[in-house]
Amino acid sequence: MGKTIFEKIWDRHLVTDLDSATGLILIDRILLHERTGSVALESLAAAGRPVAAPRQAFATMDHIVDTLPGRTDRTIMPTGTAFIEATRRAATAAGITLFDLGDPRQGIGHVISPELGIVLPGLTLVCPDSHTCSQGAIGALAWGIGSSEAEHALATSTLRVRRPGTMRITVDGVLGVGVTAKDLALHLLARFGSSGAKGHVVEYAGAAVRALDVEARLTLCNMATEFSAFSAIIAPDEVVFDWLAGRPYAPQGALWAQAVADWRTLSSDADAKFDAELRVDAADVRPMVTWGTSPQQAMPIGAHVPGHADVAARDTAESHARALDYMGLRAWQALDGEPIDAAFIGSCTNSRLSDLRRAAAILKGRHVADGVRAICVPGSGAVKAAAKAEGIDQVFRDAGFEWREPGCSMCFFAGGESFGAQERVITSTNRNFESRQGPGTRSHLASPETVAASAIAGRIIAAADLKDFVA
Amino acid sequence: MTPFTTLTAIALPLIRDNIDTDAIIPSREMKGTGKTGLADGLFAGWRYTEVGGRVPDPGFVLNDPAYADAQILLGGANFGCGSSREHAAWALAEYGFRVVIAPSFNPIFRGNCVRNGIVPVVLDPAVVGEVRGPLTVDLMAQSVITTGGECHMFAIDAEAKAMLIGGLDAIDLTLQHRGRIDAVRAADRLVRPWVYL
Repeated sequence: MGKTIFEKIWDRHLVTDLDSATGLILIDRILLHERTGSVALESLAAAGRPVAAPRQAFATMDHIVDTLPGRTDRTIMPTGTAFIEATRRAATAAGITLFDLGDPRQGIGHVISPELGIVLPGLTLVCPDSHTCSQGAIGALAWGIGSSEAEHALATSTLRVRRPGTMRITVDGVLGVGVTAKDLALHLLARFGSSGAKGHVVEYAGAAVRALDVEARLTLCNMATEFSAFSAIIAPDEVVFDWLAGRPYAPQGALWAQAVADWRTLSSDADAKFDAELRVDAADVRPMVTWGTSPQQAMPIGAHVPGHADVAARDTAESHARALDYMGLRAWQALDGEPIDAAFIGSCTNSRLSDLRRAAAILKGRHVADGVRAICVPGSGAVKAAAKAEGIDQVFRDAGFEWREPGCSMCFFAGGESFGAQERVITSTNRNFESRQGPGTRSHLASPETVAASAIAGRIIAAADLKDFVA
Repeated sequence: MTPFTTLTAIALPLIRDNIDTDAIIPSREMKGTGKTGLADGLFAGWRYTEVGGRVPDPGFVLNDPAYADAQILLGGANFGCGSSREHAAWALAEYGFRVVIAPSFNPIFRGNCVRNGIVPVVLDPAVVGEVRGPLTVDLMAQSVITTGGECHMFAIDAEAKAMLIGGLDAIDLTLQHRGRIDAVRAADRLVRPWVYL
């Protein structure tokens, strides 16, 4: 019987079977950030255990650092400096490459790792961060772990992994105009629920996935953790190889040719069997927005907020009522009449150059609505520089957006900056949990296009409807 | 890590689906770079009347004196979803929880539990919704027994079970395979030289 891409990567990295369900797996790359990486590095050092392969480990500052211009080690988060200093100290002592503040390569881990060619097809990559699944878009097996597992990976270059099941989600057809990978991710969550992938490795396949560029694939794979997946992966193809060529940590010269020849074998065989298969038609996907406090509580923009009967398969009556109460919404109401207080473009989901370009195309020649605070946080120093070279930063500024330094920023509230209680925020991030972006803040997840259009309208609308908007 | 064999304790019901790790330990409560000092921040957003405050909200089950000694937590489906922060497991353990019973778990959270001596027990949603009072969790037998003598069996993989029962350190266990790891890496380096920077 043929093998899935996951099985090919698993078999190649298997050191030994620990029991019938658990393998000892070689880890090729370890990525750390100052929030959860500092504790792993310090704990490892305290135990007197060296890092086995420091050249294959990398650290960045993204979670806690400020994103306001002129930032330093001092943070708005009261104890943030300690995390930055601890990470710097521990990474340096361990001989790990650190993308520190002021380094043009610094940025969100899941943005810079592909950008620098740290993640490559067929690799195993782990990071103590749930959105590590993003990097499966490159054709790697990349997954989020805890800090103890990060210590384990650093000390041994392996992890003890319970072998996940396999799931293929095939997206047939073509996504409509203005429908993005983010909308597809939210569509899948609304349809199959936030437990939908149940610890499986999800392989995204089908014509609509093949048609996505690398950055859109990163967005799609990013939200697999919201799906309770072990990770997500897309078979690497020429689109990926072309995108990776020449990146700083990617192989060069003869080694590049050798690597690409190997990577071309990384697809699921025609007769491979998956433990679960889902199939959707891209034509069914519309621009989406969340109405509740779980990413599965999503709907097409323009639809009415569902009543409990509409979502009874996914939500208990209690969680439905609780979400509506928190969000200050009623069942069956239209969402597009609700004024928004803020708009946020950024995060490991949607902060790459193509995201910013698409948002800027909407913002050009327009201005955000009165009373709306709008913020754009590029995902990395490279994204920021490229945006500047294209004049995109000026488009954002002219439209009334704050233009920030790279980092995770207000995707989540860590005790520093946040949105206000009961403030309604349209956001290109990945989690609409209670108090995620600030105590009592009401987050609506959507694509960068939708965030840009909504910022201008002052209420939640799809970009396609913006031309009809009369201020 | 404290070994786990069997435990009889009060079970606290917090049966909401999709309880995320931001809810278990809000990011703003993770003030230090270590693994301790987190118990007070457990469920802080629901537990206290104000953000950053420490005045207990009497309406939240964790503040109900009947559950003051609870060591078992009953949760809803997809428990521990969201951020990979191991602080969620550290906070639960520091507070005194040794078992979480839920219809399903987020995979990263589940692994974090096992590495911190917390037993993740998967039971049918109907059972989780019904069982109350003191429960006995027997990891050897893979059973949850109610005071009424009702017995519910649960599945757990051999690796997790062995780690929990033995209170084992995963790194020590793995380093026993060091020779094999080095040999596999050396062979792999010849096949995939571009991987090794």
